[in-house]
Amino acid sequence: MKDDTTARDRLALARRTLLEPANLGERELEQLFGRLMQGSVDYADLYFQYSRHEAWSLEEGIVKSGSHNIECGVGVRAVAAEKQGLAYSDEIALPALIEATGAARAIARQGGKATTAAAWRQAETRSLYAPLDPVVSLTDDAKVRLLERIEREARAADPRVKQVMASLAAVHEQVLVARADGLLAADVRPLVRINVTVIAEANGRRETGTAGGGGRYDYSYFVDAYGQARETALGYAREAVRQALVNLEADEAPAGSMTVVLGPGWPGILLHEAIGHGLEGDFNRKGTSAFAGRVGERVAARGVTVVDDGTLNDRRGSLNVDDEGTTSQRTVLIEDGVLKGYMQDLMNARLMKVAPTGNGRRESYAHLPMPRMTNTYMLAGSHDPGEIIASVDRGLYAVNFGGGQVDITNGKFVFSASEAYLIENGKITRPVKGATLIGNGPDVLTRVAMIGNDLKLDSGVGTCGKEGQSVPVGVGQPTLRIDGLTVGGTRG
Amino acid sequence: MSSTAVATSTDVKSSRAQLEKLVRLALDESKTAGATQAEASANLSQGISLTVRLGEVETVEHTRDKGLGVTVYVGRRSGSASTTDFSDKAVRETVRAACTIARFTAEDECAGLADPDRLASQFPDLDLFHAWQPGMDMLIERARAAEAAALSLDKRIGNSEGGSISSHEGIEVYGNSHGFLGRQAGTRHSLSVSVIAQDNSGMQRDYWYSSDRRADRLESPESVGRTAAGRALRRLSARKLGTRQCPVLFEAPVAASLLSHLVSAVRGGSLYRRASFLLDSLGQSVFAPWVRIHEQPYLPGATGSASFDAEGVATKARDLVRDGILQGYVLDSYSGRKLGMPTTGNAGGVHNLTLEANAGNLADLCRQMGQGLLVTELIGFGINGVTGDYSRGAAGFWVEGGEIQYPVEEITIAGNLPDMFRGFVAAGSDVDTRGNLRAGSILIDRMTVAGE
Repeated sequence: MKDDTTARDRLALARRTLLEPANLGERELEQLFGRLMQGSVDYADLYFQYSRHEAWSLEEGIVKSGSHNIECGVGVRAVAAEKQGLAYSDEIALPALIEATGAARAIARQGGKATTAAAWRQAETRSLYAPLDPVVSLTDDAKVRLLERIEREARAADPRVKQVMASLAAVHEQVLVARADGLLAADVRPLVRINVTVIAEANGRRETGTAGGGGRYDYSYFVDAYGQARETALGYAREAVRQALVNLEADEAPAGSMTVVLGPGWPGILLHEAIGHGLEGDFNRKGTSAFAGRVGERVAARGVTVVDDGTLNDRRGSLNVDDEGTTSQRTVLIEDGVLKGYMQDLMNARLMKVAPTGNGRRESYAHLPMPRMTNTYMLAGSHDPGEIIASVDRGLYAVNFGGGQVDITNGKFVFSASEAYLIENGKITRPVKGATLIGNGPDVLTRVAMIGNDLKLDSGVGTCGKEGQSVPVGVGQPTLRIDGLTVGGTRG
Repeated sequence: MSSTAVATSTDVKSSRAQLEKLVRLALDESKTAGATQAEASANLSQGISLTVRLGEVETVEHTRDKGLGVTVYVGRRSGSASTTDFSDKAVRETVRAACTIARFTAEDECAGLADPDRLASQFPDLDLFHAWQPGMDMLIERARAAEAAALSLDKRIGNSEGGSISSHEGIEVYGNSHGFLGRQAGTRHSLSVSVIAQDNSGMQRDYWYSSDRRADRLESPESVGRTAAGRALRRLSARKLGTRQCPVLFEAPVAASLLSHLVSAVRGGSLYRRASFLLDSLGQSVFAPWVRIHEQPYLPGATGSASFDAEGVATKARDLVRDGILQGYVLDSYSGRKLGMPTTGNAGGVHNLTLEANAGNLADLCRQMGQGLLVTELIGFGINGVTGDYSRGAAGFWVEGGEIQYPVEEITIAGNLPDMFRGFVAAGSDVDTRGNLRAGSILIDRMTVAGE
């Protein structure tokens, strides 16, 4: 913990926003927990949330639309061993909370004495980002001008650019977790993001390029004190154009099993899909993951170390405290090729008799928390990226990706390249169209033949979906050579 | 276990008056705030989702959501805002937020409400609302029975992600400053099972679900459980395939995804941005000549039925594709104006888009294919909407002599959607009617399969 004062400030701020307008104090919380902690209920929590979201979008040279949404509510959860009950209300008020506690605890056997509440104490939380409200950090006029500036940058980059779509989004979120064991935790989570998509056209062919980024900042990440767009923001425009132009030249992608070199940064989506989800505690407690029961076993080549790290400053996937009041942490998942542990929320940690890892996350008050990733990445190795390319006779060099997906039970995962090149005789020769790559999670990392010295994290655009819940995440990796990944092109 | 009633005291349908009042208030406030046009939509929904795993209740989630969304037009500028707070104060603040945004967005000559003469005036009962209040005990019993049927089918079904049941009801009121006010209420009940089969070759998970607006039309728990278990078992000992070109048969539950790629390509937003692989294809041969794909908005009790779209425009039954030729686009008022065409009543999407069958069931289609790949699962998002390039992860079965030979996995299938559409050989009569896109199994003449 770097800054206890700030943690206290955040709690005070969250109380003012979430509890005080409804006249909810410690006495009322105790009353609610008194109702919840009856019979076989052995844990309960309340999750208060206020979030404000705005989005602006530009196309055809003008900002056509903007939106502003407010979401506010409280989730009430009761846990009895492996059972969980959730009820919620989008009105933060005592009567609604009392009704919700009744519904949430209906999972448990009734009767018995109520457990008395412990004394209230404040959670230890980190200070990884400032408690900012990005929505008010820039005038609406300046937001519009920023998008227009990005559009001009993209158009100026190349005359073949025919369409530019750019969007700007910000979230200001305040959460407060109150637990039956007396813990109170709060966080104020800013999040901003820019996305740019361009369509370039030449000789009757059209191709797209997409780039973007952001993090737990306010808009000053994109705009300087004089109201000018920063290089960070303009760089997204040029990057989207560059990708579209590369794709205009792309041939059919190859099909079949081959050596694949993945570029640094966002291709780390490989780790997220291939092993990340399979190492979430819930699937392993239930034995439904291909990684279940394999802690201590070799699941990757020597030299492969993968961590999930919620403690990086200002990153999209970072959390001062998770959605169950657990301080975020850096968890080593794989160390030098050996599986070390899983990512846990409170319930799964308790049932598996291990410590929680600060990975309990929920999309909102209306969803149950579960083990989720934060920022997942592989540590750097020793090889120069150029040396890695030079080592490949024939293969694919994939540097940008769209989404991915995994079947955690049989371990099969996919991720789709949006910018890729052929490697022939140790040289990058020509671009090929995007293609889906498919592999087997439990063995793909055993095929890692070389690890680059160029670890990079993604630019801050990742969103992970699990059981219908979306949360912001980060990924990263150095350049990697993987021998024997199936590339889903059309040229057999 | 207590027998708490599932639906809480509020009957969703009785909330109609409250939502209408809210929409009227939002429209009045918009006018007061200086908007020249406005539209508002308010919704309320509630329900329960419950999962039983290995015979024990695992999660019970009570859902209750509401929301109000407002779009204002100040001249040709627009702004939108939404809130979950239904107080008068919150409604005023939401309208104000939308108006503030509209001060900064650009003049857009195509912006605005739907033209008044397009708005729906007939509101037939489409049989969409069938509340079900079975009580928690019955829900648990059904979910447990469905999972038990799966677990008891075969000793290789050793683990489970559970049997789940859910019941939801909702109502939405949409109004605009042309004086239109429409209501749609509906219910949705579902029963599903996801289980894991295991043998020396490893673990395979699969699932099955039944979903309907009427609880009494759901498949029986035994049937859902047995189907889920059968689907997981048949995947055991899956192999990879060598890279090849061959015919591909999409089983009905995954075949509907091909219709979704068509809809994305002929949606107005993709067309005016010229971000589609089917630009300027109206009146062109897009599919094999036998293909008919039509919209059925007035199908009683169906998932996608509605008499008006998201901007109040009357929906129409129509052919989107006839004799393989594209007959129309999927437009709302805005994209229609951009393209110089009238709206097709598709703000918010299509309504029960259906591919007409020209063949028998899945077994018939396997025989027709002779040798090729039957795809039963697709993963990943490898579709490029601008070029039509298609590359997705797949699992399924290798078929020879018209019969399933063995399960396959860790392969991809790739092609280009315009080629795939023209390569439609047959559509089965095994139409999956659970969703808004309705297709039977689809046989495509040739795609690239990548594996070993």
